[in-house]
Amino acid sequence: MAVDTAPTPAPVKLSGRPSVRTLKLAEAIFIPVFALVISALVFSVFLLFLGQSPIDFFSLIWIGGFGSSFSWQQSLQRAAPLILAGLAFAIPARIGLTMIGAEGALVLGGFGAAAIAIPLVTYAVPPLLTLPLMALTAMAVGGVWIGITGWLKHYRGVNETIASLLLSYIAIAIMNFFVEGLLRDPASANKPSTLPIGEAYRIGAMPGTSVHWGLAAGIVLAIVLHILMTRTTFGFAARMTGGNARASQAQGLPVGYLVVTCCVVAGACAGLAGFFEVAAIHGQANASLVAGYGFTGILISFLARHNALAVVPVAILFGAIAAAGGLIQRRMGMPDATVLVLQGIIFVVLLTSESLYGRIKFFQPGPVGERT
Amino acid sequence: MNALSPIAETSIRAPSLEAIGMTKIFGPLVALDDVSIKVEAGSFHALLGENGAGKSTLVKSIMGFYRADQGQILLDEEEVSIRTPRDARDLGIGMVYQHFTLVPCLTAAENLVISRADAPTVFDWRKEKNRLEEFMDRMPFKVHLNAQVSSLSAGEKQKLEILKLLYLDQRFMILDEPTSVLTPGEADEMLGLLGEMAAKKEITVLMISHKFREVKAFCDSFTVLRRGKFTGSGDAQAASVEEMSKMMIGDTQIRERAERTQHNRQEVVLDLAGLCAVDGEGLPAIDALNLKVRAGEIVGVAGVSGNGQSALVECLAGQRPLSDGEVQIHGKPFEPKRADFDKFKVFGLPEEPLKNATVPRMSVSENIAFRSFDKPPVASLGWWMRPGPMRERAKELIAAYRVKTTSPEAPIEDLSGGNVQRAVLARELSGDVDVLIVANPCFGLDFASVAEIRSQIMEQRNRGAAVLLVSEDLDEILELADRVAVMSGGTITYVSPIEDTDRNTIGQHMAGH
Repeated sequence: MAVDTAPTPAPVKLSGRPSVRTLKLAEAIFIPVFALVISALVFSVFLLFLGQSPIDFFSLIWIGGFGSSFSWQQSLQRAAPLILAGLAFAIPARIGLTMIGAEGALVLGGFGAAAIAIPLVTYAVPPLLTLPLMALTAMAVGGVWIGITGWLKHYRGVNETIASLLLSYIAIAIMNFFVEGLLRDPASANKPSTLPIGEAYRIGAMPGTSVHWGLAAGIVLAIVLHILMTRTTFGFAARMTGGNARASQAQGLPVGYLVVTCCVVAGACAGLAGFFEVAAIHGQANASLVAGYGFTGILISFLARHNALAVVPVAILFGAIAAAGGLIQRRMGMPDATVLVLQGIIFVVLLTSESLYGRIKFFQPGPVGERT
Repeated sequence: MNALSPIAETSIRAPSLEAIGMTKIFGPLVALDDVSIKVEAGSFHALLGENGAGKSTLVKSIMGFYRADQGQILLDEEEVSIRTPRDARDLGIGMVYQHFTLVPCLTAAENLVISRADAPTVFDWRKEKNRLEEFMDRMPFKVHLNAQVSSLSAGEKQKLEILKLLYLDQRFMILDEPTSVLTPGEADEMLGLLGEMAAKKEITVLMISHKFREVKAFCDSFTVLRRGKFTGSGDAQAASVEEMSKMMIGDTQIRERAERTQHNRQEVVLDLAGLCAVDGEGLPAIDALNLKVRAGEIVGVAGVSGNGQSALVECLAGQRPLSDGEVQIHGKPFEPKRADFDKFKVFGLPEEPLKNATVPRMSVSENIAFRSFDKPPVASLGWWMRPGPMRERAKELIAAYRVKTTSPEAPIEDLSGGNVQRAVLARELSGDVDVLIVANPCFGLDFASVAEIRSQIMEQRNRGAAVLLVSEDLDEILELADRVAVMSGGTITYVSPIEDTDRNTIGQHMAGH
């Protein structure tokens, strides 16, 4: 042991200040909330330009999103894929990757589930066996899809953001190729789709609600992944790699394995979202799977500071905004895309607010003794 | 001011500069507190102080990068107002930075011409060349004008930086640790030339340094800062090194250096056999490198920066793959993987710890746990982490290694350089060490930390660890190493026991002779 001759300095006392941990948490909550408020103000200006009342707009969002038990259920229904898509961005983000390909993994996962269902349903395999198989297929397909990007990133130095975005379009094209050709249900005349899995194979609502089981799956997965990232050696090693890949290498950690595994997990989350879209909502794979959930997931993850647990409430908030979209369209006569404008503004303000971390004096611990 | 005015025809042109009562406050930090400095015309003045003493803040205030909150600057005894670097340049005050500010893909001549404030839109190159040649003829040292800067050696680049100041007629030169990238020979040559020019009253030089050897050899006066305050000045030839270092470090207790214990020749522990690796462009970074390190010895690898030392350390740390060769420890092949680090008890103190050895945003406690997070008592079942034991261990080590931090939970990036390095030492040296790989461990640290870190490295050696010390600081190697190896062009070109060699011989091998 190193024994020092010089005396140990008195520990730095911080009387009356909350712990570093509390301050960091408060900062991580305050700044995104602040960003949301600023976004709302900026969006209000946009509404005023259109001659619309911001007050009407936000009260409609409230009514449409949380105003009644019906709107709550609508919000939660939409939150289910958003939670999973948010996780699909958050997990790679913790290892330092900006992986924006959840949309592709979701679509391809959903398509994979619908495709494997065709023979299973045809031969009347019981739903209790079929549905898990569909879910596993969706997760495997999604996992491989994002896993490829992670592999390319680590072993070939391909930029993961560009690669995952472009692979999304390839994924959508692959689905279209099969849905419009080989696997097309002849009955789907106007909207090419795969064969419907049929009511018997649908995933139902959770008891007492109209919300499908995807919500529960999303919440459980968020908790599991949060524990994985914060309380296990895998998560610790992944956070080390995300924070400083060089230091992680110097500690002899298997960086490639960590990167690819995180990507596979992320892809599996997105694939699972695709499975629920098919098995609970559409009953078949078609262009409706390309609903932009994967991209909204990016925004959700950023707002949640890539924290798996925080993804859940943020996803519910965005579910509510989406659920209120119809109401706004009807009552205010504004196009559907209005909500996208709001999302866009939130994203820009949020990214700008990243620069506030460490700058707000209130959240900083006291001075660190003397600087040498 | 006309940059093309003939230089050095009348030789007495060196200005004097005096800064009085300089104060600069950054938020809660008083970086400069009522500091005064007087540099006589034609003197070679050393500005001494530890890292964070305020040397950079002072010269940046003089250069106009910062506006001092208080204080005045007198040039040739007349008050001047320097609001921007452009003002300083127009007054003939120039600075050579620690790192080169030349454009590597241009020639020396092009670099000189584009540095002019009045550079024309269209160059008449023939005219410029003629003028440059005339200018170069009057200079005491020369650089080939048509050479591309990237092909120049570090010493030549540094000369070109100084020529640039002369070309711009900047007769008051501020040099920020100008010799850190040079071989001892190059450094002595350059400082000697500057000293001669100063003696002829052609220029005035203010040099930031922390190498007492250079100050004693070349400077004629000095000023010392400590923690933003003026602590002394005087005649550099009359003052002793002890006096100057006392002014620099004040009453800080410096840890006793660990004594080098003698032991018999022991077995080879670390054997680097024919190592080869390539750099980012696929060119050889290290080339057939052989080196053996015995138990209980420190092998110091000296060399001019950029001769493959960092690639060597990266290969041993697993940050860069080997293209050929093998690393053996105790005669068994070693792979830079976690299992082998633990099995062979290999530890490392990389250079720039914030970049290579820590995750800046993770807490001090987590950073200290990097070696132990996947082993009991922190991890149970091999994957479940328990924060309790991790925090306990961190607290013990923070106390034992005197890491100054507000809390074990504070992000390590909030700590000062010395404390980051102490936290890394706590992590790497608190266990049983067989092989220790160290790279520039004291770069940018204060005296107390330097003494402590060197002493800990020596303790590991005395305890029987095989230590590979890669350092750009020759004094550090001369102090610590049992054997010196010189690295040049990606391979070891010279190995000698420390008692059979000297600074000059090492310097010659560093320069590739």
